[in-house]
Formats: sequence, C-alpha cells, structure tokens
Amino acid sequence: MQHLWIIPALPLLGFLVNGLLGRRLSKAAINAVAIGSVTLSFLWVLRVVWHGGAPLEHYFDWIRVGDFVVGCDLVVDRLTTVMLLVVTGVGLLIHVYAIGYMAHDGGYSRFFAYLNLFMFFMLTLVLAANFLLMFVGWEGVGLSSYLLIGFWFRKKSATNAGNKAFIVNRIGDFGFSLAIFLVGIHFGSLDFARVLGALGGWPAERSVGTLTLIGLLLLLGAAGKSAQIPLYVWLPDAMEGPTPVSALIHAATMVTAGVYMIARTSAIYLKAPMALEMVAIIGLATAFFSATIGLAQNDIKKVFAYSTVSQLGYMFLGLGTGAFGAGIFHLVTHAFFKALLFLGAGSVIHALSGEQDLRKMGGLRKKTPMTFVTLVCAAVSIAGIWPFAGFWSKDEILVSAYHHAPWMYWVAVVTAGMTAFYVFRAIFLAFFGKYRGDAHPHESPAVMTLPLVALAALSLGGGLFRVPRWLEPMFPLAEHHDNTLVVISVAAGLAGIFLAWLFYVARPGLADAAARRLGWVYRTVLNKYYVDEIYGAVVVEPVVVGSRSVLWEGIDVEVIDAGVNGIGARARGLGSILRRIQSGYIRSYAAWVLLGAVSVLLTLGLAGVGK
Amino acid sequence: MNAIVFLLFAAIAVVCGINVVVRTHPVSSALALIGTMASLSVLYLLLGAQFIAAAQVFVYAGAIMVLFVFVIMLLNAGAEQKSHGAWMARLMGAPLLVALLGILSFVILRAVPRSEEVRFGGFTGGTVENVGRAIFTTYLLPFEITSILVLIAIVGAVVLGYKEMD
Amino acid sequence: MPQGVPLAWYLILSAILFTLGVAGFLFRRNLITMFMSIELMLNAVNLTFVAFSYHLKQVDGQIFTFFVMVVAAAAAAVGLAIILTVFKNRATLHVDEIASMKN
Repeated sequence: MQHLWIIPALPLLGFLVNGLLGRRLSKAAINAVAIGSVTLSFLWVLRVVWHGGAPLEHYFDWIRVGDFVVGCDLVVDRLTTVMLLVVTGVGLLIHVYAIGYMAHDGGYSRFFAYLNLFMFFMLTLVLAANFLLMFVGWEGVGLSSYLLIGFWFRKKSATNAGNKAFIVNRIGDFGFSLAIFLVGIHFGSLDFARVLGALGGWPAERSVGTLTLIGLLLLLGAAGKSAQIPLYVWLPDAMEGPTPVSALIHAATMVTAGVYMIARTSAIYLKAPMALEMVAIIGLATAFFSATIGLAQNDIKKVFAYSTVSQLGYMFLGLGTGAFGAGIFHLVTHAFFKALLFLGAGSVIHALSGEQDLRKMGGLRKKTPMTFVTLVCAAVSIAGIWPFAGFWSKDEILVSAYHHAPWMYWVAVVTAGMTAFYVFRAIFLAFFGKYRGDAHPHESPAVMTLPLVALAALSLGGGLFRVPRWLEPMFPLAEHHDNTLVVISVAAGLAGIFLAWLFYVARPGLADAAARRLGWVYRTVLNKYYVDEIYGAVVVEPVVVGSRSVLWEGIDVEVIDAGVNGIGARARGLGSILRRIQSGYIRSYAAWVLLGAVSVLLTLGLAGVGK
Repeated sequence: MNAIVFLLFAAIAVVCGINVVVRTHPVSSALALIGTMASLSVLYLLLGAQFIAAAQVFVYAGAIMVLFVFVIMLLNAGAEQKSHGAWMARLMGAPLLVALLGILSFVILRAVPRSEEVRFGGFTGGTVENVGRAIFTTYLLPFEITSILVLIAIVGAVVLGYKEMD
Repeated sequence: MPQGVPLAWYLILSAILFTLGVAGFLFRRNLITMFMSIELMLNAVNLTFVAFSYHLKQVDGQIFTFFVMVVAAAAAAVGLAIILTVFKNRATLHVDEIASMKN
C-alpha cells in the first residue's frame, strides 16, 4: 500500500488551512502551507514513481447498488505517472512564481487556498481509477477555474469570464455525464480496469454504435474542458484571471484533462474509428482556426491563449490519428513551454505595472534580460525547432498525421508556421525596437525568474524525456520515420520566425500596411470571427429571453404564483365571510350557540341515546 | 290530588315564565320570575325535596331576586326600545326554539318509562338531615370549593362596584 | 294509593321553562331581563335534577341543585356588578349598543 491518497490530500489540507485561517496567518506562513503542501505532494509522487507506480488502492465503497459498485479508488500506471509529474512539478514552479506575482494582492491567502484546491481536484482527476471519481475531479477543477478566473471579483469582466467558463464547461460536462451513464449501462461497471480491459478482447464490430456514441460524448466533454471547437470560447476570456492561473490551469494542467481523458479511454476509441476520426478533425480544425486568430491579437495574454487552444488541437490531432503517446508527449512539452510563455508574459506585465497591450511595449530586452532569454527559449521550443522539446513532440504528431491522411499533415504544417509567426511576433513586439509605453520597466524578483529559468531548461531539454517510449506498453508505437517530413516542419517553423522578424523588426511598418490592405479580413480575424457574438445571438439570447418571458413571467408568475396566491385569496375571502359572525351582538352569539346545541341534541337523539 | 296540585302550579309557573319573557318593564319581569320560583318551590315539595324547596324561597326568591329588583331600581331602567342588530337571533330564534323544545320532549317521552309516577311522599330522602349528611361527607370538597367561589364572587363584586360609590 | 303524576310531565315542564328562558335571552334587549332569563333556565334545570333525584330515590340530585343555587347566587352578584359598571360606562342597558367586540 503506497498511500496514494496522500498526494491529493496534502493540497486539500493546504486549502483548508489557508482558506479558513489564511487571513490571520503571516505571508510566510501562507507560503509555507501552500508551497509546502505541493512540494510534499511532489515528493510523494517521486516516491511512487520510484516504486514503479502503484496498483489500485480501494479506500471505501462509494456506491453499492446490487452488483453495481463504484469505489473510491486510486491507481498509478504509466500514463498516470506522466500526468502526476507534470501536475505537481510544473504546479510547484508556478506556485513559487505566484509568491512574487501576487505579493501585493489583498486576497493573497484566498489565492493560494484556491490554487491548492485546484491541485487537489486535478490530482484526484488524474489518480482516479474509475469514471465517476474522475468526474469528481473534472467538476472540481471546473469549480476552481471559475473561482480563480473571477479572482478579482470586483471586476465585472472577470466575473463574467468566470461564469462563461463554467457554463460552457457545463455543456461539455453534460456530454461526459451521458457517456458515463452509457458506459455504466453497457459495461455494468465504471472501473477503468474492467471497462477498458474488457474491450481488449472484443471483435471489431461488436457494439460499434454504442462505443461510437460514447466516444463522441466523451469528446464533447473533452472539447469543453480542453477548449476545442465549438466550446473553446471560454479560454481567451479566462485570461481575466491572474497570470499564474493562466499558466497553471489554462495551459499546463486543467485544459489538458480532456487530452488525458481521451488517452485514458483510448481502448474505446480504438474500437470506434469514427469517433476517433472526429477527434482528429476537431483537433486539426481547432488548431488551424485559433492559430489564425492568434496572428492578429494585440493583448499578449490573448495571443498565448489562442496559442494554447491551437496546441491543444495539436494534441487532439495526435490522439485522433492513433498516436496517443505522441499526444501525451506534446501535453508534457506544452506544459513546459506554455507555462513559461505565460509566466514570462506575467513577468513582462509585472515589469510594466499592468500593461498587457503589445503595441505599448518594446525594447524590453535590456530592461528585463532574464525574462527575455527564457521567453525566447520557450518560443523556439513551441516553434518546433530542432533539437528543442517542442520539436520532438510536434514532429511525432505531424508524422502520425501524414500517415493517417496527408492533407492533415499539410494543414498542420501551415499551422506550425503560423504558430512560430505569432509567438515571435509577440517576442519581437515586446522586446525589440523602441519602448512605446509610459511605465518604468524593471526586472522581476528572483522568486519569479527562477521558475522561469527552470521551465526554460525543461523547454529546451524536454525532448530527452522519451515519453512515447515510456508509454509504449499502453500505446504501441507506430514506427514511421520520414526525414523529409521532419525537414519540412522545421522549415515551416523557421519561415514563421523569419516572417515575424521581417514584419516586426526589419520593416516595422509592413504589418500595419498589410492590415490595412486586408481591411475587413483583418478586422474579422481581430474580432475572433465574431464567434462570441454569434453564440450570443443564437444560443444565449433565446435561452435568456425564453427563460424570462416564458418560464418566469408566463409560467411562474401567472400560473404558479397565481395558483398559490389564489389559494391565499380564497382563504382570505372565506375568512371575511366567516368574520361576519362576530357581530358583537351577544344575542346572535347566543343564537349560534343554540343552533349548535340543537344540532348536538338532534344527533344524540337520532343516534338513539334516548331509547 | 297529586295531579291537580301539579297542574295548577305548573300552569302558574309557565304563565309567570311567559310573563318574564314578554313584559317590557324589567320590574314586571322580576315579579313574574318570583312567581315562577315560588310555584317551583311547591313542585319541589311534591317531589319530596323539603330542604330544596325552602332554600329556593329563601335564596332565590328572597335574596337573588331582591338583588335584581334593587339593581333595576338603582339604574332606573325603563321600558325597552326596539332593537336594530342581532339579525341572527330574530331570524333563527323561533325555529330553533321550536326545534329545541321538540327534541327535548321527544327524548324525554322516549326515555322515561311510562309507569313511573310521582306521588307526594314517595321519596322521603330530601330531609335537612339527609342533605346535610351528604354535603358534609360525600360532597365535602365541592362544598368547600363553592364556599371559596362565593367568597371570590363577593370580592369581585366589591371590586367592580367600588369606584362608583366615590 | 292516590294517583301520581307521570315523571315525564315534570321533565317536560322543565323543558318548557328552559325554552322560555332561551327565548327570553334571544329576544329581549334589556341586559337585566336577559340575566333574569338565565336565572329562569337555571331554575328549569334545578327542577330536572330534583325530579331525577325522586326517580332514582337518591338525595344526590338535590345536592346538585343546592350547588346550582349557590353558583347562581354568586353569578348574580358578579353579573349585576358588571351590569352596573357597564351602565356607568355606556349609560345604556340596551344590549345591541354594547357591541364593541364587533369583528
């Protein structure tokens, strides 16, 4: 017994302490609790990994209905170890960073309490050995995300963003719930071992319809959590939250839950090829689509947000073409360089005392050298340049895509080029040229820059973690290797960098000129293709109007309230009629008494008392 | 013989009772009531209740009715006027009274065995000695309680009447 | 043996007197007269008790009558005191004008 429960329990404890007592603790104490709990959790994870994982640990029966049993079970297999290391490792670095970033914030203890709460739920999600417990973690991270996006709750835009994230996620959760129900009905159990193990021996045609439906519903859930089309709209708005939140939740961990979920249930998808195809198509479409939006954004965090959506699309593409190991590999490397990008952006924002608009930055190379260097490391990694981490993971996905369907490869390559372009556009705009703003830029403190350095090292050298090989017992490797494809993808990355350099360093006016030439095309992209507005008109407005006019005014007020009030009015009416008996005249009282007495006598007499 | 006495005094009682209800001036009603009580006293004698008959005359006719007459004189209440309220009483009163009397009579005639008859001297247990013994042994507690009740009534009447005299 | 009077007659006389008392209470407007009607009702009840005392050959009915008389006396004392107070406040003995408990 390895006591896996300790891993999520430590952050939960941190949440309780900082949440309940945080206002009375000193900053040092809050730090100790928050960072300490994550550190200890990380160390325990290392211990478990050292022991080679852990078999299923059953703590208690949660649901027991006849033969249907769902237990509170945790398990660590190879896939879990990868996720655990990412969540606790990168999570720890971000926690340390947050000490510096949130140092002047009034809700310091609340922030760390929420972060710890998130860690608890994320670890539960990853450690779960059945669908239901995973769903608990799934919902919980959604809740933590809502709390953290709306952390600065006095800002209306922040609370709106939190609501949006939660509501859009709910749609995905609806799909996930239906999938769980179907799994339960079809397999009689929700345990991964039982369900996925049973699928291993099934012939190809059995229950394809049901399995496809389950796969699609799971995909809906994953699309909500991992911000794929059509449920990606919450993620850019989620940038309202503090930057460490964007880094941890909306880059490295929570949004990857969908990817993890599909990888975990790969056995289902392998038996339902149509669903798997949908995964790939949605992933590719999302990757391409959001990359185009990222090209035009002016807020540095929004650029990276759309980049995240795009990279998640890459992961889905990898999963969808059968390269589950590659998808997870990209999850890991993405955690490194995307977290770094966000934290670096946070460092820049911190340096500029809150400025997020790229147009008001520039020339920060000299003022914030550490941030600059580390961000460049992240940028070359995400651009897929050999021999850095991003190259290895992206390359595997691209190769797998080519062998699945060549057109997918070409679209993905173009997307890779766009990725390189927009990342370096951000770098060039922020760090090169003349400073265009009016703040006093200064480098961030060590507590913020050290995690940046650590992540930079991981972004560069992360390719050394041979994740697909580690996962091979679960996800068999497809041994294709084609050097031509590799060269083409690296070339695309370099081309993107060059174009960015051209537009933003060599010929600065070129970008604006191109934007003017493209006119309405540019404006559409800048406004994210008006997707939010379309959703608003098509989905939100009808629901709100329907809810207000039909359900509230029509049914609730006129039918239900009228009924209930009507009963009250009837009672009052009856009462006012009866009230007239109380005339105040003694003689009528006497008459009523006499009436009663006569009735009683009559009854008694008739009943035969007088024989 | 029994029947004649009974019928005579029963008639007097009923006529006086009707007078109590019908006469407009309160003093007339009071005098009629005294008449009723007196005839009832005779009927008690027929039933063998000597003590009660005597008490009826002393207490009721002699004390309570005198009190009533005192108060009527004191308040100088004259004859009555027409009333305007209590529609219920006027509407339902007569039928209800008829019903009351009817039911009571019906029940009585059905319940009481026909053969039972009352003769003067048929029951001799109503002597002062018997009544006294019963009161002071079996019914001692009610006796004491009613004594206190009377005390309370006296005190209450004094309290209520106190302010007026000043 | 001289001819007796059926017991039922006494009881019916009592019922008649009781009904007269109720009639007086319902139809008279003077407070004191209403009170006298109550006394009439009590007397009717007394007659019933004494009649049954004879019927059952027990003295207990008469004891009850005794207590009724005592209580009637007490009630008369207090009731008349109240009537005096009401007259002092309202200057009327007309029962329909003493209707402040209306509604």
